[in-house]
Amino acid sequence: MRILHDRSAVVDGDAFQLLKGRVHEVEGRGRIGFALFQAARSAGPIFWIVLGHDRDRPMPCALPEGVAERMHLVETRNEIDLLWTVEETLRALPVALVIAAPEKPISLTAGRRLQLAAEAGGTTGLMLIHEGRGSNAAETRWSCDPLPGPQDSTRHRWSLNKNKKGTTGTHDVNWNGTTAAVHLVAQAGERHQPEEPPG
Amino acid sequence: MLSTRPADPVGEGRALEALRRWASRYGPHAAKDGTDGLIVDTSGVPHLFGGEADLLEDLSARLERARIESNSAIAETRGAAWALARRGGGVIPEGGLLASLGPMPVSALRIGPEIAEGLTRLGLHRIADLTSVPRAPMARRFGAELLRRLDQALGAQAEPVAAEPDPPQFAVRMTLPEPIGLTADVMGLLDRLLIRLCDKLASAQRGARAVRLELRRVDRSAAVIEVGLARAMRDPARISALFRKGVDEVDAGFGIDGMRLSATVTEPLAPEQIGNGKARQEDELSDLISRIGNRLGFDAVQRFLPASSRIPERSFLTVPAAYAAPEPFPSGRRPRRPVTLFPPEPLAGVSGNPPTRFSWRRMGFTTLRAQGPERITPEWWFDDPTWRSGVRDYWRIETREGPRLWLFRTPQAASGFGDWNAQGVFL
Repeated sequence: MRILHDRSAVVDGDAFQLLKGRVHEVEGRGRIGFALFQAARSAGPIFWIVLGHDRDRPMPCALPEGVAERMHLVETRNEIDLLWTVEETLRALPVALVIAAPEKPISLTAGRRLQLAAEAGGTTGLMLIHEGRGSNAAETRWSCDPLPGPQDSTRHRWSLNKNKKGTTGTHDVNWNGTTAAVHLVAQAGERHQPEEPPG
Repeated sequence: MLSTRPADPVGEGRALEALRRWASRYGPHAAKDGTDGLIVDTSGVPHLFGGEADLLEDLSARLERARIESNSAIAETRGAAWALARRGGGVIPEGGLLASLGPMPVSALRIGPEIAEGLTRLGLHRIADLTSVPRAPMARRFGAELLRRLDQALGAQAEPVAAEPDPPQFAVRMTLPEPIGLTADVMGLLDRLLIRLCDKLASAQRGARAVRLELRRVDRSAAVIEVGLARAMRDPARISALFRKGVDEVDAGFGIDGMRLSATVTEPLAPEQIGNGKARQEDELSDLISRIGNRLGFDAVQRFLPASSRIPERSFLTVPAAYAAPEPFPSGRRPRRPVTLFPPEPLAGVSGNPPTRFSWRRMGFTTLRAQGPERITPEWWFDDPTWRSGVRDYWRIETREGPRLWLFRTPQAASGFGDWNAQGVFL
């Protein structure tokens, strides 16, 4: 069995780095923003695969710098063609990031096939899924929503709900698409863990 | 009833060209002669058909079978064959040029009607008459053209058949002694054909954009597989990989005993240095686009190009990635635009201007902050049906629920106030 070395090589301190050669999932109303954030951080061709009747399309003029010219938009007729295209693009070596927006839940078999394809090509996959339509094979699952914020801010809550090789957590960030870096917003003190016993 | 059709010189020329290619079976040099004739240099050929008369018979029989009416003649010179073919046809035996051409009218010499008329006025009606009059006054009176045509017809001046070079044919074929039916066998033969085809392409410095494989079955039916390529190429291994799926799906019937491979669309492709890492990456990317294109259609893989327009839908172009190279988008200051764009979706339950409360996609929103309006005017030089409602006032609305939306109103629309639409979502 082949051991993937880069699996454990998660960069410390960079919570938003998606593991290479795996397929990840993102849900919520801010999922496209998160996908664009990942696109801005990747280097190389990007494939955005949508269903033909999907109305939400990226608008090239507003994408982070350098993303629009690297992006290929693939329109597929049905769900099966979409999964086939995702598998083919994940398997291709030069592709850096594959973003796909399926409509139906991804079965475990399909999810596992996509993981194998991503491993073969060393490509990162990111599936834009609807709430609760993910696959158990996904490496991580993010839930992203835009947050209302003060003037001149573009707040997002990116929470990592599932992670096969690491911890989960919620991050509030400020990202307006001009750079590949984000500003973390200090959490307003709402405690998720019980208080440490005194003494 | 008389049926009339407009003349189609292009189609006729193409048909004549096809006939010319066929006529090269009677001699290596076959050329078109005017718009309605073919000339073949049959030197050294007739004995293969059993003689000149048999050759003509074979020719007319074959043309008749193809329902083409024809007149043909064989003579020592091109001029004589031209004259005879238009006056009954047949064979002029060797040395019989003057005897056969002599009684013909002077117009059989491929000369203009005004020269022929002038000759007739002088009482020179037949070609034989021309041979007996002094040449110098004739040349002075009618020009050198008449004497050249006369000499060419009678063999005093050579007139070779100038066959134009055949355009390169990017097609190879293979006929098998025994039928085959296994995918692996077909792929093996395909690889051998591809090497020959790519050699042909390389010698002409061209690359294929579409390749077509015809598999002829024993019962004379044929299966056709066509693949398109995202980029002009002539690499056998990469083209072969695209055929695998199609070959797998073909029904071999009682077996395949012939294959024909042709590059149906070609483009110039200069030799390139290999071993360059970037070029290899581009190759792999174009292979991927070919694979996707052959399943979903080449229009399905798109790429964005910048365009200069203020209209959001026309501020970029979406073109098939196989037919356009990437172009950088302008960087620097640009108007704030949403990251996703969709066709306008009307809002419901709008109150206020700009709206303070509305619902979109069955979700209710309350406005936290509104920026705008940004007025965008339709481009009068394009008639875009979606912009017939006049100018649009765009607002960037931050909602208390989170999403930042791009809404617009059409103040000039007939329905008056209240018709708010959403067209995009900001980061």
